[in-house]
Amino acid sequence: MKGYRVNIGLEVHVELQTESKLFCNCATCFGAPPNTQVCPVCLGLPGVLPVINAKAVEFTISTALALGCQINSFCRFARKNYYYPDLPKNYQISQYDKPLAENGWVEIKVKESVRRIAIQRIHLEEDAGKLIHGDASENTQERNLSLVDYNRTGIPLMEIVSHPRITSPEEAYQYLITLKRILQYLKVSDCNMEEGSLRCDANISIRAGTEMGTKTELKNMNSFKEIRDGLTAEIKRQSYVLNEGGEIIQETRLWDSKRKATFSMRGKEEAHDYRYLPEPDLLPLKISREWLEKLRSQLPELPSSRHQKFVEEYGLPEYDADVLTDSPELADFFEKCLKYYPYPKIVSNWVMGEFLRLLKKEATFINQVKVTPAALAALLKELKKGTVSIGLAKEIFEEMFLSGKQAQEIIEQKGLKQISDQDSLRDIIDQVIKKNPRAVNDFLAGKQRALGALIGQTMAMTQGRANPQLVNQLLREKLGFK
Amino acid sequence: MKKRIEQEEVRYIAHLARLQLSKEEEIKFARQLGKILEYVEKLKEVDVSDTAPTFHVLPLFNVWRKDKTGVSLSQEDALSNAPAKRRGHFQVPRVI
Repeated sequence: MKGYRVNIGLEVHVELQTESKLFCNCATCFGAPPNTQVCPVCLGLPGVLPVINAKAVEFTISTALALGCQINSFCRFARKNYYYPDLPKNYQISQYDKPLAENGWVEIKVKESVRRIAIQRIHLEEDAGKLIHGDASENTQERNLSLVDYNRTGIPLMEIVSHPRITSPEEAYQYLITLKRILQYLKVSDCNMEEGSLRCDANISIRAGTEMGTKTELKNMNSFKEIRDGLTAEIKRQSYVLNEGGEIIQETRLWDSKRKATFSMRGKEEAHDYRYLPEPDLLPLKISREWLEKLRSQLPELPSSRHQKFVEEYGLPEYDADVLTDSPELADFFEKCLKYYPYPKIVSNWVMGEFLRLLKKEATFINQVKVTPAALAALLKELKKGTVSIGLAKEIFEEMFLSGKQAQEIIEQKGLKQISDQDSLRDIIDQVIKKNPRAVNDFLAGKQRALGALIGQTMAMTQGRANPQLVNQLLREKLGFK
Repeated sequence: MKKRIEQEEVRYIAHLARLQLSKEEEIKFARQLGKILEYVEKLKEVDVSDTAPTFHVLPLFNVWRKDKTGVSLSQEDALSNAPAKRRGHFQVPRVI
């Protein structure tokens, strides 16, 4: 964009996958009937007291450690006051001046170059309820109403705030993908954007010189792609305004994915004045060095180090390592398979190829799949021995994937063993030669391609069970070539 | 020191709290709030240069619970105090 430099800061909200809410023991399941996972605490009834869920604190610290943050040895909660029906208490318990963690980073790759995106802070807060606004398509009675479901109220929400030093929509996109992958490896959230477990707001400004420009806040983006598109549209808009001699107004804007543009969210233009105050109902937290070290020692292997291992130790191409480390489940599947069949590139090809193809086709998840890494390894051993051809192996794998049967079992049941016995193959080849005089003559006249047709015929007669190399060799012998 | 609160500030705070005040109330509350602040100002007379800031009146830390679910209210009970309800939800005037 015409000489402007871009500053983007992202606020990522992550619902932590605890069993119970942050300050009460209501369940956190998604999709329950409205207002069935609520109690006096999360409904904000008088006379109740919140009690912190230790697991939520632990998840936040683990995340902070994985992102290289400093964990504050002392932190406390604060009340953020605002009046909106998604919040029954009229304040949200959050953190303000003493968050759990500060100053971390995420390393991202953009066009082959590596960049560190600085994280400003990570804090813990409670989620708000869900509002349903009547729209024109619904019945007229509901048009002027909003309905409130407090099931989500009080679910632990971790907020990860980056410094406004992201310099392009593409960098923002890569940051989010990388961050999400780390969170999935840590198993602190399911990061499901459709269910709202991961949400992101963006601050964005552009500048010609060194001084930061006026920022706008961008909301209502429901996927990483929409965030990238929204940011791109907003940069374009701000550039246009400045080029025309206008001024950027500090405001909240909503992304409209249908119209591919951002629009001012009118009516909410008043300055945020949350009147933060320390939460008197909760006692402060002291995070001991021992606890930190214990959590650090329990951190799983993170995507970047796993990626490095896949490239350096297993000798896989960058691309393979990218695909295989995309989720911890896939990386685990690959590595377990490797234990039984230590040929990384072959295993990688099968996992990236057939395995992912079938996962997608059957729309299932790795942890629900019937085929085990050991079973895939057993099939690959059969393939290596030459018991089955590659085409057959793929068919067998599909059946293994669907039924959970072992390769051996399918091979024996279906009589799929590759025919490597020369005598029985010779009989079949005799028949093929008899039935295909034209192809035989063509081949004898020097057309190499005709041999392919004869091999094809032989494979067809054996339902693909013949060993293709052997067929090739025997055909040539029969027809007088060696 | 006399602490004064302007009427405009009262109006702003009332707006944040979603309260609608009459002109008379604004004048009255400006006076009353001013007096409260004046009273609290007295604390400034105490020398606290040697006192560590207090974050909480109880000398306790890390009071928390295990991540276990318990019994929630039924939808009927949850909505029993609601002035208006609809399809299992709390009903409020449209906010957007």
